[in-house]
Amino acid sequence: MDYHSPASFAEASALAINATGITRFLAGGTDVLVQLRSELVTPDTLIDIKKINGVHDITRNSDGSWTLGVAATGAEMSDHPELGLDWPGVVEAMDLIGSTQVQGRATLTGNLCNGSPAADSVPAMVAAGVTVTITGPEGVRDMAVEDIPTGPGKTALAKGEVISAINIPARGENGGDAYLRFIPRTEMDIAVVGVGVNLRLDGDTITEARVSLGAVAPTVLLVDDAARAIIGTTLDDAALDALAAAASGACNPIDDKRGTIAFRTEVAGVLAKRTAKIAYARAKGEQA
Amino acid sequence: MALDDQKSIFTFVGTRPDRPDGLDKVTGRARFGADAHAPGMLHGAILRSPHAHARIVKIDASKAEALKDVKAVVTRADFAEVPFEPGLEGEFWNVLENVMAGEKTLYDGHAVAAVAATSALAARDALKLIEVEYEVLPHVTDVDKAMEADAPVIREGAADYSVPEGMHPNVVRYHESGHGDVEAGFAEADLVVEDSFVTEATHQGYIEPHACLGSLGTDGKGELWCTTQGHWIAQKTCAALLGIETSQLRVTASEIGGGFGGKTTVFIEPVALALSRKANRPVKLVMNRSEVFRATGPTSSASMDIKIGMKKDGTITAAEGTFRLQGGAFPGAPGDMTAMCAFAPYNLTNVRQVGYDVMANRPKQAAYRAPGAPMGAFAVESVLDELCNQLGLDPVDMRLKNAAAEGSKASYGPTYERIGLVETLEAAKAHPHYSAPLKPGQGRGISCGFWFNHGGETSVSLALSEDGSAQVMVGTPDIGGSRASMALMAAEILGIPYENIRVTIADTASLGYNDVSHGSRVTYASGLATIKAAKHAVEKLCERAAAKWGIPVDAVKWENGCAVPSGPNAGDFDPLPLADITADMGATGGPISGHFEATPEGAGVSFGTHIVDAEVDPETGKTSVTRYTVIQDAGKAIHPTYVEGQYQGGAAQGIGWALNEEYIYGEDGRLQNSIFLDYRIPVASDLPMIDTVIVEVPNPGHPFGVRGVGETGIVPPLAAIANAVSNAAGVRMRQLPMSPPRILAALKDK
Repeated sequence: MDYHSPASFAEASALAINATGITRFLAGGTDVLVQLRSELVTPDTLIDIKKINGVHDITRNSDGSWTLGVAATGAEMSDHPELGLDWPGVVEAMDLIGSTQVQGRATLTGNLCNGSPAADSVPAMVAAGVTVTITGPEGVRDMAVEDIPTGPGKTALAKGEVISAINIPARGENGGDAYLRFIPRTEMDIAVVGVGVNLRLDGDTITEARVSLGAVAPTVLLVDDAARAIIGTTLDDAALDALAAAASGACNPIDDKRGTIAFRTEVAGVLAKRTAKIAYARAKGEQA
Repeated sequence: MALDDQKSIFTFVGTRPDRPDGLDKVTGRARFGADAHAPGMLHGAILRSPHAHARIVKIDASKAEALKDVKAVVTRADFAEVPFEPGLEGEFWNVLENVMAGEKTLYDGHAVAAVAATSALAARDALKLIEVEYEVLPHVTDVDKAMEADAPVIREGAADYSVPEGMHPNVVRYHESGHGDVEAGFAEADLVVEDSFVTEATHQGYIEPHACLGSLGTDGKGELWCTTQGHWIAQKTCAALLGIETSQLRVTASEIGGGFGGKTTVFIEPVALALSRKANRPVKLVMNRSEVFRATGPTSSASMDIKIGMKKDGTITAAEGTFRLQGGAFPGAPGDMTAMCAFAPYNLTNVRQVGYDVMANRPKQAAYRAPGAPMGAFAVESVLDELCNQLGLDPVDMRLKNAAAEGSKASYGPTYERIGLVETLEAAKAHPHYSAPLKPGQGRGISCGFWFNHGGETSVSLALSEDGSAQVMVGTPDIGGSRASMALMAAEILGIPYENIRVTIADTASLGYNDVSHGSRVTYASGLATIKAAKHAVEKLCERAAAKWGIPVDAVKWENGCAVPSGPNAGDFDPLPLADITADMGATGGPISGHFEATPEGAGVSFGTHIVDAEVDPETGKTSVTRYTVIQDAGKAIHPTYVEGQYQGGAAQGIGWALNEEYIYGEDGRLQNSIFLDYRIPVASDLPMIDTVIVEVPNPGHPFGVRGVGETGIVPPLAAIANAVSNAAGVRMRQLPMSPPRILAALKDK
């Protein structure tokens, strides 16, 4: 196994394009190293990107948007004094992952590139409209988070491509986001269903919304029908019921050790309602 | 019995000093199973079957053996059965078959070969080069299916004489007991409730995986360091499996990171020794968590039918239960224990219970705290709760009306001596928890539970030092704070401070035989032996004082750590402290020690009553345990903090078993959830503060009144939680674990 720690993303990309066999980028390593030790994936080439300058930075840009380095950890996000005020749903989703020790290493980028349909931070990022910057042999391009996962363990990244930044939009006025997941325990668990909601209000009426679902299909879903169910409403009971029906209707889950098809489909609707209520309250500036 | 002699006023017993092993354990100085190293040590790894049931056609290890770093490969041929006559029989054969497969692999994870190499990585890589040709056979993992006529036969001839004619060969033991006439009893009842229940297998979930370091020479002399609940049984079993003399193998028990019954047998120890014998170097073997789940001993899964008749006033007129327990691909599932314990809390005129021990393609079950009892209690106490609901009876009053007491004929045969069940029920009724109002969406559950407790073969040795301190050597690994309890009991007899006593878990070469730390026996049996060993030393101390004073020894008594004249006629001498006697002991007759060896028979049975409040989210089926109170008879709590710890631990493990823990097998017979992410033991935030009440009804069979406390605490939780959840959800839950998908489905079907 070859280990590299390049000084730039261009160098990282060049290493990857020239590598043979299985290549893995290493940021926090909370998936890669676990898979390596349990012999699920034994990479031939390991490219450690956390020594590249600036990868731990969390920056608020002049337009109010945010740029996060690829090695910014869950702990660094939670400790940031302002990020969580703008995007509590994204920060809380990341914070749900693993233990305190794991939080010291785990990253949004890794959670996304691991390609798990149950990744907690991904539905929150999708709802928030987060994009990633990708550095590759053809140069640099941006892509929406929802377009990255293509199936369990698979991403749209081509050989030699590496995510080089996470871009979170400006929060703007009267907006709120939230993420909830269902687990049978209270923590240290993996989502059986996850729901992200991000919305904006004009007065009491929802004018924009994005609703995403995790762990109910081969990839995280952005559910337009669910967003349409609440746009133009005040999130009254009829809107909530329509939201739940749309969320449940979008599910395409499996029966497995973590939950049944019936359970995941039902609970996706329940959680969508609960998540939307929190996002709505946050958009109104209420504590939630 | 000898209640008159029983001590009831104590100086040290009942206090709560820090445990002697505490600092080592919080600083990392304690040495656990994987903390042993030896010069020239090799690392072992085990190749495991990916099939639930398969014939081993061929094993070719030549590619692995050709590697420079590989020093030995062993298969079944390297164990006692083949080279040593007359071979193994009974349980030793079962253990051998389990630690290394013979003709067939019997479950996913069954060991088929092992490697010793110069590094753990090299050993792991070498496993990939061992080629095993399998002929895959049909398998069965479910207990009810394993009993059906067309179920694959796991092993012909495994059944013993107890099994009635015509049963499937997978049914290997049968138990039937009871008394009275149940049909007549049911005819007298105002209401009869009949129901069926299922529980999945769970794992003890000890945090420390199995680990050992074995060294065995070609001369048949060896040493073994391992994490175990009983190193003498490890010694005896390993010696038998390797065909060596028991005394030539010295076994040392490491500190133990949890056992709960699962470390009362061997899994990797004989393999490490076989590798060592072949490589002529010490071999260390450490399981990973997945191996622990797949190849050590979880508890049994169970399928049960219960029928109970009751009068309107709550009197039970008859009770009947059938308990089918699946214990893996070997005999041993405790269907008999389940049957014997299920109705034991109640004084019944008519009772009948039947237990089956059924084999399936799963790992060989091992003990898990009161093995068999929790499942039976779940089934019986659920039906009792249903009867109370339908007849409008208070669940504690109903249980008090039927509770067994001194003189009651137990459902499993004997007549009870002094027992404390009624006291636990009265304490439950008086506890503020029982009368606290419930919020909407919450339910309350009650259950009683019983466990036999055990004595077992026991040896203890105690030696006094010149400075007046004492060392106590016991042979029961400390799995629950027993060093503290032993020191308190020794201090009570010797009359010297707790801190001046060091308790050591002796190795097999340093003390006589000791049974395993199981059966809630340690504080009872090793405690009794410690008391007797201390009294033995006190006799010698009194002899030295008598000699010094020139008076007969029966004119000397021991009081508050000093020899004193037994009365005014004995003479007028100042009290002679222990340290003054030991200071001169070399010159007054030599070292002073005490010892005691026996198989104590007076382990008092133990009962508990649990009160649980649970809240169920009607939209997701998720349960929160909001309040929990454990009430249990300890006889006498030697160190109350560790008694409370046992009570809380039983409740915590019971919450996991009741709500989320389960072995999940796929259609292919492979275990689906062999990691802690998907085998869901409770995390700290899943648990409420677990309140405890120690009831003390002294056991007549122990000098201080001790009853074992380790196991009874896990008997009531499954039922108490199921009753709370059923009452909160408004639907009877008949299957464990009550995971959210099962509860949500039950709510939909309501």
